[in-house]
Amino acid sequence: MLIPHPLLGPRDAQEFTYLGDAALLNRPDGMAEGAEAAFAEYVYLRDNPAGVHRELWFHEQGDRSWLVVTRDTTTHEILGAELARDVKLKGGAA
Amino acid sequence: MHFSGLRVIREALTGHKGWKPLWRNPEPQPAYDYIIVGGGGHGLATAYYLAKTFGRARIAVLEKSWLGSGNIGRNTTIIRSNYLLPGNEPFYEFSMKLWEGLEQEFNFNAMVSQRGILNLCHTDAQRDAFRRRGNAMLLAGADAELLDREQVRAMAPFLNFDNARFPIKGGLLQRRAGTARHDGVAWGYARGADMRGVDLIQNCEVTGFRIDGGRISGVETTRGYIAAGKVGVAVAGSSSRVMAMAGMRLPIESHVLQAFVSEGLKPTIPGVITFGAGHFYVSQSDKGGLVFGGDIDGYNSYAQRGNLPVIEDVAEGGMALMPMIGRARLLRVWGGIMDMSMDGSPIIDRTPVEGLYLNAGWCYGGFKATPASGYAFAHLLATGRPHETAGAYRLDRFARGYVIDEKGVGAQPNLH
Ligand SMILES: Cc1cc2nc3c(=O)[nH]c(=O)nc-3n(C[C@H](O)[C@H](O)[C@H](O)COP(=O)(O)OP(=O)(O)OC[C@H]3O[C@@H](n4cnc5c(N)ncnc54)[C@H](O)[C@@H]3O)c2cc1C
Repeated sequence: MLIPHPLLGPRDAQEFTYLGDAALLNRPDGMAEGAEAAFAEYVYLRDNPAGVHRELWFHEQGDRSWLVVTRDTTTHEILGAELARDVKLKGGAA
Repeated sequence: MHFSGLRVIREALTGHKGWKPLWRNPEPQPAYDYIIVGGGGHGLATAYYLAKTFGRARIAVLEKSWLGSGNIGRNTTIIRSNYLLPGNEPFYEFSMKLWEGLEQEFNFNAMVSQRGILNLCHTDAQRDAFRRRGNAMLLAGADAELLDREQVRAMAPFLNFDNARFPIKGGLLQRRAGTARHDGVAWGYARGADMRGVDLIQNCEVTGFRIDGGRISGVETTRGYIAAGKVGVAVAGSSSRVMAMAGMRLPIESHVLQAFVSEGLKPTIPGVITFGAGHFYVSQSDKGGLVFGGDIDGYNSYAQRGNLPVIEDVAEGGMALMPMIGRARLLRVWGGIMDMSMDGSPIIDRTPVEGLYLNAGWCYGGFKATPASGYAFAHLLATGRPHETAGAYRLDRFARGYVIDEKGVGAQPNLH
């Protein structure tokens, strides 16, 4: 798989480590009401869709940036990649 | 139809005209007491024990494709009970004991072969960990032996003992472990269930659940609505997709694992051998092919096929462990989709929907669990209580902090 890195161009997926669903960018507020349940969900539950999936990849053997990659889990086709920082600043990975 | 040596001789003498199909191909009935979703190893074993051991009637298994088309027919067939944690080891040892009596139990040749599994260690720390694991196994009634380097050499002289980076220091041997014919296991359970009146309905995909006031009343399928008293879901890699139809999110990611087989060779590998410094395991099938595998690809996938980097990685692991494997030619590579759970351990539990039960999260180790998983799931469906060996496999253990994390890597499914 080739990941279209927004700064470096197409890079081999082997240079990256995979974390999982980009919803992990949306960390719950630890001080809010019901934080314990919100964290149990955040840490352990996943949508795990068959189809388009937004997910976090870390460019460990490269520029060490975190990317949000959009990929189809039924074909492995990569549909796009953004810097995770940009996604987060735009309000998270909904 | 009963299988026996006498029967084989009689059929040989009469032109093999007496063999019958192993199961019927029934039309779905409008209603059942128990519906099992998924005709893989676990679903078929569940139906078998539900009918045989727990004497329940009106049972159907609904399979979206053909029986055994999923992971049960794709795995590398290793059976073992060499776990460490108290939530796991008694369950897997129960499974091992069921394997030992399985062929007599369901009168079918599943080629259960207790040829042993040898986990190699390459450092002193790893040996200490193996000693601890072996003791945990002994405590649960399993067998375990710690071998030194020379004992390993006597068993498998072809290994690379003098690898400068990963010298072999010894190994943990479980003699009662081994392999079984995966398809034979599915067929044996299917036939045994069918003989006891279970309807095995193929090409019947469950597309929704009908839930009234928090209670299950039946399933929507591609062959129409079917009413049910209780529904048990055992769909392996599809668990998240199927349970989403009941409004649930699971502590599971679906991942692809690849398996490999070489051309047929003369007998060379004595049992199952695993590399302790990389992820590589190998055994030899009765046809002579080396059957091996390694890590999962590591990203969410429903594609039922993997990519080249893992193939290279597995090949490198094989070369590091036993350089002679470089002379063998690879015949086939394939993949299967597994439900990797957040702690690497399975779930056998009821769900918030009354009458709906879940069997999931088997990761890459669910084949060995097939008999005990079917037995424990049938026990839960029939009695409403978990089986004594499966009490830790609760769905809410994550939120409660009772994870069963053999590897200690946390909520990161691709590392389990
Ligand atoms: C390459 C590979 C190697 C492995 N090696 C080993 C090993 O050496 N040892 C070991 O212990 N384990 C191993 N495993 C793991 C093991 O194969 C699985 O954990 C186990 O088979 C899963 O249970 P099952 O047999 O019920 O799954 P499956 O056979 O996958 O059964 C699930 C069934 O559900 C059906 N289904 C899905 N959705 C629906 C629906 N909506 N309606 C109706 N039916 C549906 C599917 O078609 C499928 O037939 C391996 C797995 C793979 C992929």
